[in-house]
Amino acid sequence: MAQRKPFRWHIVVFLAPAVLVYTAIMIVPLIGTLNLSLFSLTEAGERVFVGLQNFATLFGDPRWSESFWNALINNAWFFLIHMLVQNPIGVMLAALLSSPRLRMAAFYRTAIFIPTILSFVIVGFVWKLILSPIWGIAPGMLDAVGLKSLFAPWLGKEEYALTTLALISVWQFVGIPMMLIYAAMLSIPDEVIEAAEMDGVTGWSQFWKIKLPLILPSIGIISILTFVGNFNAFDLVYVSQGALAGPNYATDILGTFLYRTFFGFQLQLGDPHMGAAIATAMFAIILVGVSIYLFAIQTRLRRYQF
Amino acid sequence: MNSARHSVFRSVAAHGILILYTVIALFPVFVIVINSFKSRRAIFNEPLALPTPETFDLIGYQTVLKQGDFFQYFLNSMTVTVGSLFFVLMFGAMAAFALSEYRFRGNLLMGLYLALGIMIPIRLGTVAILQIMVASGLVNTLTALVLVYTAQGLPLAIFILSEFMRSVSDDLKNAGRIDGLSEYKIFFRLVLPLVRPALATVAVFTMIPIWNDLWFPLILAPSEETKTITLGSQVFIGQFVTNWNAVLAALGLAIVPVLVLYLIFSRQLIRGITAGAVK
Amino acid sequence: MGPYGPDHRESNMTKNLRLALLASTVLAGTASAQDVTLTVESWRNDDLTIWQDTIIPAFEEANPGIKVQFTPSAPAEYNAVLNSKLEAGSAGDLITCRPFDASLELFSQGQLADLTDLDAMSNFSDVAKSAWQTDDGSATFCVPMASVIHGFMYNKSIFDELGLEVPTTNEEFYAVLDAIKEDGTYIPMAMGTADQWEAATMGYQNIGPTYWKGEEGRRALIEGTQKLTDEAWVEPFRQIARWSDYLGDGFEAQTYPDSQNLFTLGRAAIYPTGSWEIGVFTPQIDGMFEMGAFPPPVQAEGDTCYISDHTDIALGMNAATENPEAARTFLNWVGSPEFATLYANALPGFFSMNSTPVEMEDPVAQKFVSWRENCEPTIRSTYQILSRGTPNLENETWNASANVINGAETPEDAAARLQDGLASWYEPQQQ
Repeated sequence: MAQRKPFRWHIVVFLAPAVLVYTAIMIVPLIGTLNLSLFSLTEAGERVFVGLQNFATLFGDPRWSESFWNALINNAWFFLIHMLVQNPIGVMLAALLSSPRLRMAAFYRTAIFIPTILSFVIVGFVWKLILSPIWGIAPGMLDAVGLKSLFAPWLGKEEYALTTLALISVWQFVGIPMMLIYAAMLSIPDEVIEAAEMDGVTGWSQFWKIKLPLILPSIGIISILTFVGNFNAFDLVYVSQGALAGPNYATDILGTFLYRTFFGFQLQLGDPHMGAAIATAMFAIILVGVSIYLFAIQTRLRRYQF
Repeated sequence: MNSARHSVFRSVAAHGILILYTVIALFPVFVIVINSFKSRRAIFNEPLALPTPETFDLIGYQTVLKQGDFFQYFLNSMTVTVGSLFFVLMFGAMAAFALSEYRFRGNLLMGLYLALGIMIPIRLGTVAILQIMVASGLVNTLTALVLVYTAQGLPLAIFILSEFMRSVSDDLKNAGRIDGLSEYKIFFRLVLPLVRPALATVAVFTMIPIWNDLWFPLILAPSEETKTITLGSQVFIGQFVTNWNAVLAALGLAIVPVLVLYLIFSRQLIRGITAGAVK
Repeated sequence: MGPYGPDHRESNMTKNLRLALLASTVLAGTASAQDVTLTVESWRNDDLTIWQDTIIPAFEEANPGIKVQFTPSAPAEYNAVLNSKLEAGSAGDLITCRPFDASLELFSQGQLADLTDLDAMSNFSDVAKSAWQTDDGSATFCVPMASVIHGFMYNKSIFDELGLEVPTTNEEFYAVLDAIKEDGTYIPMAMGTADQWEAATMGYQNIGPTYWKGEEGRRALIEGTQKLTDEAWVEPFRQIARWSDYLGDGFEAQTYPDSQNLFTLGRAAIYPTGSWEIGVFTPQIDGMFEMGAFPPPVQAEGDTCYISDHTDIALGMNAATENPEAARTFLNWVGSPEFATLYANALPGFFSMNSTPVEMEDPVAQKFVSWRENCEPTIRSTYQILSRGTPNLENETWNASANVINGAETPEDAAARLQDGLASWYEPQQQ
């Protein structure tokens, strides 16, 4: 039996400032909002407890559920593009950057990260300008290489708009996986690489057999950050397609659907109660995703760690 | 010899890919900057052309500088960003240290609790946050923004920092304890300097959304004295939607400061990351 | 509402905070007592300079002791920002009112004050006030500021160059569009569907009144005697679907500012729009060409023309204001003929609703307002009552109009979808 230790005040001191600020400014207001999902307004404008009825409406009434599933499916596609395009490009760039004796690495690193620091206002505006069918730069450039016929008003077509936006978002954020993986690659001990080279494992096979398994935990963290970021995304769609997420709701993701419902839009009045129900659903989706990561993927990845 | 040629080829290919991607990354910024110096007609006629003596025009910048106090906006943005960054890093590192260093009852729960904030946008709590700020008389002060951004930045900071702190060697800390250092000194003198790379990473990730946020400045501090540069340029864009000279100039002006900040931090960031690698 | 409802808890929380932070509240309360400052919430960020340079100085000169601050937010964010501020009690003293239900809701929640007894209200007709009254007309809560008129603007130089006459009938309208298209130098019509709003407001609501006979159709829809699937409501969709042949390449991704720029740069001949553009366009065109305007074309020679003369903007008082006296003084001034003249001339295209006629100098603005003489006015069909429920008829009309022009939905399907949506919650349409 270990003897009882004195109370460790320093733990409280270390935790208190973060916990206090976080609880007061973030958790309490958010609980207030999520709590709203259990209430509704009567005809007379009084707020009454309705239990899970808002959720029944959200998933049961086709007028709500169709919008919800549309947004969720769009969001999943948005996330899939990030996983398939952003993260492999990030890994590739990091692999190239981390190769020893590469000149100008600092320049490339800095330049490629620059889009990440731009605000959505700037990103939305400039890509709309580049892709505009009227004054756009893209039609002219495609014309110059004889591919004018490939041009379409992408942001205005239901079949392309969401993918185009996802790629713009990839363009903006590829710097984050690049930086994190770069750091992970640099932290691979030199002895491991040297041993591999002694065994004649170089180039691509060295990347696949030695480096990739070692950076898998970082890829895991990036995937979960991408997941959370994508399912909370809102700004890019909002600044480039508006709150109605046109054309014909083709770019509507959970964030824009929530915004429209919670705060209202034009003549549509905000409905905080249904909005809170959507927010709660989003929260649940993200929680499930994060739990899958924590319990299924991360524990498996840990085995590869030193 | 074959292997030397092979390596030359590989290095050319690597540079080729990196240059291509750098062009893709910088091209839109280039478009904004060149067009902000051109006359309205020239922007629409040839958006890709460099400004020539005939098309060179500073009208956009003149309109912007006449309209709002962009220097004040910039100072406000700086104050808010630096202030929030300080608290996020300080409080975040302290909490991350507590979570990663000590075994105590509720450790795991506390970690999960602090991570909840990553999963839900703080924007949803807007109304309650605004009520708190009104009640405490903080509306239209930069303090309100610093508080909100600190709360917003903490979860991710704690999440990343505690991962890093777990990798700080126990021997070092135990040696400190044997030398009679207090837990506070161990944290501030031994651990904090060692996790500098992680702090730099968190700083960059925390700084970007704060600098670029439009929502909370709009709701909590929209007054002329407390406007941030992102809000200032957004209001401006709304007012001059069709005046693309002015819009591009405003965007150009909004890019420059954050670019400079990033270039300063980026050296720290890279140095930090590389230093962290040698362990 | 039980004692454990969220309202109760929230107010307790606020009370505690207020106690805890008493010191800072006391400090904040010591602002100078002699001058009252009124803050105006608005979505008209375009008008910031006009308020700062013209309107506010005129008021402050006549009313020493009252200072006014105009703090607009972008139109798209206005509702969200205003509602958050009202909920939290940090909204300005004066609130710019959107017409009909959005403001009515604020009034019934007790956030806008009752202004029925304001002296200046006598300067406005019942029609002018109708957008800011309760359904029974017993209470008025905002002082009307301006209405806007829909129509088409055209580039006179292009019309002269191609030898075109201003169209009055539908047939002539399409003949003109065909001629411009044939010539090939200019885009016949500047409109895009990317923002959806253009398609609905500049398209459907612009030409629609001609088909549903203005007020007659609008009221019939509210009473439930007409349906959105009736010929009068489907035909405007067919018309705007026809427009797609005359729009620029890639109009699906063309935004509202794109359309504005196409017209002011002289690249497009006709621009379906509203009078509010006049003040923005005149300095941008800068004498490069002369701008003209014509009302929505009629179906056959001699038919009555209908225009959308939409009551658009008004000013109300925050019920929680600490300066009700000063706010009422300002509102009385906003309701005066003096303000009407000032506003209508500073912002050509925003027409005063004051009973006293206003002299306007801008020729295009005069043109728009002259249609009031022989055309029947109405307001946008979706604004009163019909956009109270979910799905929201106004938003759905944006979506449907853009779909119809893009060819993603037939006019009949779009109309049927809107009707279903409306009937799902609006009782008079359920029989």
